[in-house]
Amino acid sequence: MSDNDLTRRTVLRRTAAAGLMATPAMGFLSACVTGGGEDEPANQAEGEKNAENPLGVDGNAPLEVVIFNGGYGEKYATDVHEPLYKAKFPNAQIKHSATQEIATTLQPRFAGGTPPDFVNNSGTKFMDFGTLIQDGQLQDLTELFAAPSVDDPAKKVSDTLVAGTVESGTYNGKPFVLNYVFTVYGLWYSEKLFKDKGWTVPTTWADFTKLLDTIKAAGITPYAYAGKNAPYYQYLVILSSAAKIGGPDILKNIDNLADGAWTAPAVKTAAAQWAEIGAKYMDKADEGLIHTEVQLKQNQGKVAFYPSGSWLEAEQSASTPEGFNYAVMPVPAADGATLPTGLYATAGEPYFVSAKGANPRGGMEYMRQMLSTKGAKGFIELNKSLTAVAGAEEGIQLSPGLTSASAVLKAAGAGVFSYRFDSWYKELDTELRTATNALMFGRENADQFCARMQKKADAIKADSSITKFSR
Amino acid sequence: MRHGKYPFVIGFLAAPVTIYVVFVIAPYAQAFYMALTNWRGLSPGQFIGLENFTRLFQDDVFWKALQHHGILLLALPLITIIIALFLAFMLNVGGGSQKGVMTGVWGSKFYRVVFFLPQVLAVAILGVLFQAIYRPDGSGMINSLVAKLGLEPIGFLINPDLALWSIIAVLVWQAVGFYVVLFSAGMSNIPKDIYEAAMLDGATRMSMFFRVTLPLLWDTLQVAWVYLGIAAFDAFAIVQTLSVDQGGPDGSTTVIGMEIYRNAFTYSKYGYASAMGVALFFLTITFAALSLRVSRRESVEM
Repeated sequence: MSDNDLTRRTVLRRTAAAGLMATPAMGFLSACVTGGGEDEPANQAEGEKNAENPLGVDGNAPLEVVIFNGGYGEKYATDVHEPLYKAKFPNAQIKHSATQEIATTLQPRFAGGTPPDFVNNSGTKFMDFGTLIQDGQLQDLTELFAAPSVDDPAKKVSDTLVAGTVESGTYNGKPFVLNYVFTVYGLWYSEKLFKDKGWTVPTTWADFTKLLDTIKAAGITPYAYAGKNAPYYQYLVILSSAAKIGGPDILKNIDNLADGAWTAPAVKTAAAQWAEIGAKYMDKADEGLIHTEVQLKQNQGKVAFYPSGSWLEAEQSASTPEGFNYAVMPVPAADGATLPTGLYATAGEPYFVSAKGANPRGGMEYMRQMLSTKGAKGFIELNKSLTAVAGAEEGIQLSPGLTSASAVLKAAGAGVFSYRFDSWYKELDTELRTATNALMFGRENADQFCARMQKKADAIKADSSITKFSR
Repeated sequence: MRHGKYPFVIGFLAAPVTIYVVFVIAPYAQAFYMALTNWRGLSPGQFIGLENFTRLFQDDVFWKALQHHGILLLALPLITIIIALFLAFMLNVGGGSQKGVMTGVWGSKFYRVVFFLPQVLAVAILGVLFQAIYRPDGSGMINSLVAKLGLEPIGFLINPDLALWSIIAVLVWQAVGFYVVLFSAGMSNIPKDIYEAAMLDGATRMSMFFRVTLPLLWDTLQVAWVYLGIAAFDAFAIVQTLSVDQGGPDGSTTVIGMEIYRNAFTYSKYGYASAMGVALFFLTITFAALSLRVSRRESVEM
């Protein structure tokens, strides 16, 4: 059989060879594993900078936007932010897509060197920020925050934001991430239930435990969180207590993997106090439930206090009875706390611009439009959440839960704190979830909890393969 | 050999073999290479030799998962095969002799369908189903009955000593149906006159089972053992959907699949996760080879 003889075999062989070249598996092999990744960004669109166009966007360049389709949906992008961008650059084509699995959808594109310009990296399957930054995939947003704001060119974009927003997206001194939604964390309860029963909102630890006793006597589970998938709601509470006892440096030391950060007396005291709450006022079964199951129990009046963030009201809107009226209180302070009115509040819901995308300037301009009063107001109206734009909620009729969140935020003043380790070191987050369940459901005591966390933090500190961050 | 046979055979085999090589073998080969790098899922990783494996053998979580596979490896095949054998025997020859023909117990056709049902359910559906069955408060299917008896609810998945066994129970429940069918097929191949001869000799059901059925089913049992053993190295999907805190409480239900998933998709340690995958590959291969070797015996000539 000669080679130019076109038999079935050679046809098949050629087809197979052609198929070999075209399969994702092979493309993947050459793109990711054995090198060939390009550090040279592709030809990136750039226009002329002027007062109207401070970021130098090329008005004809297309812009690709990927939104996480979760609690906030995608309408705010398609109906508010994208039209704002389009109004400014009518010739720009916006390619919009939304997904519930950001990492699954986008990881191959980042690995292959063709990332979308603007990404809402959120949800349970988000891409690890540390890895993305280490790889140079994220656009440095310094220029955006220094640009004049949409509403008042005399003000920089950074000056229009709630304090701490830029810091919350800063990694080792450079702002890479825009956290757009401002979230207040605390213990949520039904205002109606409290009114009906004549219970007053406690501020001291003694009042708090006394009230829990009263609630228990009334046949309601005083305190609950979902152990199966949301122990981090509870560890936030424990660490808030610790920060109120020992000041915000407690959290800073934990973030910076400082020696002895977890064995500090404030952390120990907080862990011991909450372990007691777990032993006396919680239902053991809640360890096996997921967040929506426990939240439903609260809506049904079976649970009094539930730790969560200000998205809770919107998330539960379908199952909340009429007049339930969500309200929030800060985690109560122990006696002699240094920050009695302190509150855990921070900007969340991360967005970034791809450094290696085709149109990073367009991505930054899109962010600038998001941060305009119009952009923020549209988001608040659609999603009943506060944004990182200072005062954007003024003049909008807020829901009961959001009104309550704004009030405690005002009362806290400068006593607002937060931590970053949960997104910096996922291994520490995993360990803390496990340890929190063990502590709250009585399998370990406060000393064991602190020792265990310190051990893990030390191990991460000693592990050279993990990128370190500090603040 | 007739002329032209080979081109014909190879021509027909080329496509499936190529597809297999490209979509199964190649990714495997890549995983082997990836296991030797510190790839984080984006830019190419550096080659770091066996560092991932030295790390792996010092990883407490990995050993814990391995321990759970050890328990699974003993419990899952043993319990499943015993239950399936008993049921298959009852369905096929448990009814005794009627007009000189061995039959199953009354209603065996119906039972056969019922036993097989769990097999056709997707694992995700099983997860949801058993979440409701095991739910630890009064709304759980089992615990609502327990509450009626005035007892404390049982924390099937939240008691660290009980959680793994609750998960094994689900795996057994799902697997039994398939092996009942498999063993039934094996039993129907056993000539009926052997049973009749045994009946005439006054053999009880017990001795019939141990002296006739079991020896003649040996090959099928061997296959079942290897399959179930391989299944014991998996269990990822059930652990993922049912366990507290993904492999908890306190790591008491974690399996290697769960840790591969966590390392790849939570920690972005694709190289390390691949090393775990490679370790799992060798574990499974070794187990299968050993079982086939150990359980080899003369097959009975009919």
